[in-house]
Amino acid sequence: VSRGAGPVAGSARERARELARPRRRYGEKAVIGLLALCALVSVLTTIGIVASLLGPAVEFFREIPFREFFSFSEWSPTFADPEFGVFEIVAGSLNVTLWAILFGAPMGLGAAIFLAEYASDRTRRIVKPALEVLAGVPTVAFGFFALTFITPLIQDVWPAFLGDPPGIFSAGAAGVALGLMLVPIISSLSDDALRAVPSGLREGAYAMGATRMQVVTRVMIPAALSGIVASFVLGVSRAIGETMVVLIAAGNTPNLTLSPTESIQTMTAFIATTATGDIGVGTLTYKTIFAVGALLFCMTLAMNMLSIRLVRRYREIYE
Amino acid sequence: VSASAQRVVGAAGARTREHIGRPPARDRLAGQAFRAVVVFMALLGVAGLVALIVQSVVKGQATIGPELFTNQPSSRAGEGGYQSAIYGTVLVMAGVVVTVVPLGVGAAVWLEEFADRTRWWNRLVELNIQNLAAVPSIVFGILGLGFIVRGPLNLGTVAFAGSLTLSLLVLPTVILAAREALRAVPAGIREGALALGATRWQAVRHQVLPTALPGIITGVILALARAIGETAPLLLVGATVFVTFNPDGPFEGAYTALPVQIFNYAQRPQEEFRMLAAAGIIVLLLVLLAFNSLAIWLRNRYSNRL
Repeated sequence: VSRGAGPVAGSARERARELARPRRRYGEKAVIGLLALCALVSVLTTIGIVASLLGPAVEFFREIPFREFFSFSEWSPTFADPEFGVFEIVAGSLNVTLWAILFGAPMGLGAAIFLAEYASDRTRRIVKPALEVLAGVPTVAFGFFALTFITPLIQDVWPAFLGDPPGIFSAGAAGVALGLMLVPIISSLSDDALRAVPSGLREGAYAMGATRMQVVTRVMIPAALSGIVASFVLGVSRAIGETMVVLIAAGNTPNLTLSPTESIQTMTAFIATTATGDIGVGTLTYKTIFAVGALLFCMTLAMNMLSIRLVRRYREIYE
Repeated sequence: VSASAQRVVGAAGARTREHIGRPPARDRLAGQAFRAVVVFMALLGVAGLVALIVQSVVKGQATIGPELFTNQPSSRAGEGGYQSAIYGTVLVMAGVVVTVVPLGVGAAVWLEEFADRTRWWNRLVELNIQNLAAVPSIVFGILGLGFIVRGPLNLGTVAFAGSLTLSLLVLPTVILAAREALRAVPAGIREGALALGATRWQAVRHQVLPTALPGIITGVILALARAIGETAPLLLVGATVFVTFNPDGPFEGAYTALPVQIFNYAQRPQEEFRMLAAAGIIVLLLVLLAFNSLAIWLRNRYSNRL
């Protein structure tokens, strides 16, 4: 076809240009803008959290100096003669978290190693989804279990040489229930990390005559270590942030101790107990909730960032 | 190869295996011990979780009955039920569905289909979502207390304030699940639509979203299963009141929710209330089981269609 073929062809070319010119699609732009807004909501949530914590927390620290807050004196902010030594309830949180991770980490890692290296495909197909469903069991249920099953069990089997058995409310019972709660979380993440180890490494070790235990302990765990540690860190973060289990089973008395037999109060339990009472906006008690919330947020945020970074490390190496 | 020759080779093979191929007895013993420890730990964890369910069933079975649904909460032993709490949970969850589905799916579509991943702000959004997923639920309660119940939105302690708080809490779960579903849509479907002249949004709206729908619904159901059991944030946004009547609607009237009422009963020392709490946990677990089964069924039904 020749190019300049008269006026008819010229108009055809114009028509083609007309067709090729993108129409302005305002609807399309609007929809895409709306979608971006949705994505923005998650960022706004974070900003909202920080903003809602920061305002009252700053006001709190205007009245109560840092030195008084971060101190080992008593924690009695709602008393007539209040004291604000936050370490008492930080110790409470660390207390239950310690027992939670001591129980949860071996069970979770055991389940992960079992699933990744020992279980048959059939067992795995049953156990893995079952654990996922169990991960959704509400935390009130764990609290109830701690109070009505774990506590009596501990009291029954408590050996005399350890001194008095724990009472109805104890950090240990709440910790064990929390540890149980962590099992699906830790096992699922650790299992992912173990499965991400290239099969060449595993098979190489087997080919050299290593036993299954040697493959697991000297090849797979070292290779998946950052992922496994990440799952522990996330577990710790979950345990520190958990409210209902400690509220139901750990009592509600601020107590500077790491003993599992004593009744304690955690940061989360303080927030829940105090916020549910009748408190006026702008009172010092109201601001105290936000100050403790800010501290809790900072602690879990640091651990989450660490966990994300660790997970990313093993992904970078093997993918 | 003659039979005798084979026998010789076989014997040699056996001898070699015995001398070289087998790990020393010490290693084998250690291996067995290690295996025993691993299996024991795994069993202990699973057994504990099973014990939790068995304990609730054993304690609560005597109380399970229609009274659970018809009786209002009561502080008198033997008369209490969960009516207003179940009503409140339905109300709160309806609000969660209405808000979290458009927000979560919209955000996922943006991140997966439109966002330029090399831009720093899009990476920031992703990091932010990962982080939000691990923020303690009670912190969301504080956000709800400061921003939704009071502060800018100032809704007061009504069911919809609880809905919004829980929506923000499970938003990251919905986004992550929806993104995974969108990512599983073969690129050919998208490219085919674009090649036929569809705009990007048309391709997403008419081809990608319908294909990803089962996966998205599965994710939403699992997120709802998480929201329905959440207690701590609701405590902060007003669901604590001992409510013996059903709330008037999402925007008016005091409300309570099933897990909050369970917590209320579990705190009381009398055995009757503990049995009532256990019965409530059974109801909650049954709902969760139904949700999860539905999600698994959906996943299996549609997973091999692509």
